Amino acid sequence: MKKLINDPNDVVVEALLGIEAAHPDLRVDHHHKIIYRGDVPKKDKVGIISGGGSGHEPLHGGFVGLGMLDAACAGEIFTSPVPDQMQAATKLVDGGAGVLHVVKNYTGDVMNFEMAAELAAAETGTRVVSVVTDDDVAVQDSTWTAGRRGVGVTVLLEKIAGAAAEQGRDLDQVAEVARSVNANGRSMGVALTSCTVPAAGKPTFDLGEDEMELGVGIHGEPGRERLPLATASEIAERLVEPILADLPFAKGDPVIAFVNGLGGTPLIELYVMFNEVNRILGGHGVTVARSLVGSYITSLDMAGASVTLLKVDDELLSLWDAPVKTAALRWGI
Amino acid sequence: MGNLTLSESVTTAVLDTWVRSFAALVAENRDHLTELDAAIGDADHGSNMDRGMTAAVAALDETRPTSAGALLSKVGMTLVSTVGGASGPLFGTLFLRMGTSLGNTDASSATEFAAALRAGLGGVVDRGKAGPGDKTMYDALAPAVEALDAALADGVPLPAAIEAARDAAAAGRDATTPMLARKGRASYLGERSVGHQDPGATTVALLLEAATRASF
Repeated sequence: MKKLINDPNDVVVEALLGIEAAHPDLRVDHHHKIIYRGDVPKKDKVGIISGGGSGHEPLHGGFVGLGMLDAACAGEIFTSPVPDQMQAATKLVDGGAGVLHVVKNYTGDVMNFEMAAELAAAETGTRVVSVVTDDDVAVQDSTWTAGRRGVGVTVLLEKIAGAAAEQGRDLDQVAEVARSVNANGRSMGVALTSCTVPAAGKPTFDLGEDEMELGVGIHGEPGRERLPLATASEIAERLVEPILADLPFAKGDPVIAFVNGLGGTPLIELYVMFNEVNRILGGHGVTVARSLVGSYITSLDMAGASVTLLKVDDELLSLWDAPVKTAALRWGI
Repeated sequence: MGNLTLSESVTTAVLDTWVRSFAALVAENRDHLTELDAAIGDADHGSNMDRGMTAAVAALDETRPTSAGALLSKVGMTLVSTVGGASGPLFGTLFLRMGTSLGNTDASSATEFAAALRAGLGGVVDRGKAGPGDKTMYDALAPAVEALDAALADGVPLPAAIEAARDAAAAGRDATTPMLARKGRASYLGERSVGHQDPGATTVALLLEAATRASF
């Protein structure tokens, strides 16, 4: 294992110190491992928090700031944060209009957020609404599994719901916008290498030089199938076609097209992928209304990419275009 | 600790011994639990449960709860706060619901204890939504609860009834091996989860094994 770390056990703690030092707009509660906006709670604004295991940076802490999240709870690497953290974050950001919890659909995350919501309601009477993202089309059999995993749509949802909250919409309206993002977005990913969890010190799974894992999760969970490595053009087809078949998308539908790096893939390759995705979408008559290309929801040092398509209307597009000022996404300011 | 003055009376001291025996068994089996989890999960069940039970014992040392409810709730809250993942809320809720069920008392009857274990099972189901055959901790805990109730209904004394519950939990644990996982991270493996013993069910079997060592 070659990593820029000191002690593997201190990675999360030391990264939080770095985030605090690098971004003066942000505050960090080191005890609860919460990154939060320096200007919360904002009176009468719906608070939005998220969180999850660490190792997916910039998700979620990199999305804390104006027009996106109010706070993010960092768990251990690939391990859900505990209810105390979300309870404390909920309290920090509650300006009296209630708090939205954005939760990725993993068993541990869902349970810990659920307990936090119960504790927050019992302790301070804060109204919490949770929205769970489950956009990974690689999980086909949702009835007999823990359901589809929350992946790329989470980034788009945090941006769009954050804009809705910033406009002063109430909790139910913000939650409705968030649910509509999840309902209209789908993702699929491919891994070219495994990731290496610092505490484990070795790759989570073995993938040969000439192999790729299609439909992989963001923690090194198994994908749909293991295949011989293919060209970007072929890989893009294998990611985009299942997404288009799943929603389904129709001719003329405008989408936000998001090509995401999993941590170990350079931006130049992501642009090669975006070109292919754009070509395939053009062939289906799907219009790329907006795009996002870069590593925004990662799996440590895993090489690979995911594609997320979000079908949008004018309202979602205007929320997407609204100003945002976070460590990782910033425009319109 | 654990000496009984009244036959079949479950005292706070007995529960304290139970929790400590469980912590010791989890520590002993830490690597085994983690290996089981590595096969079908994310290789942290043993270390997470050990961290949680070590913290729970430390919390008991510090606060010395004097009622069954306070003791079990302290263990539950500590697990929820320190374990993370799915095991924290699930095992935490199990202890919290047992604590609520027994309440602010220093001594409970055998049937009250059995009812508390059943309440704990109810909490696990509420939290995890698992049912029989999903390859989870439910598959060891539910048979243990049934066996305990059945033995007590037959007039079996509590220590022997707890042994019956322990055996039922162990059989339930073994029965998870051929099952196809339908909950949690293991479910993404589909057919590849078959042939592996469930780590959560294994930990439940340790919890019942600990009970047989606690002089109920």
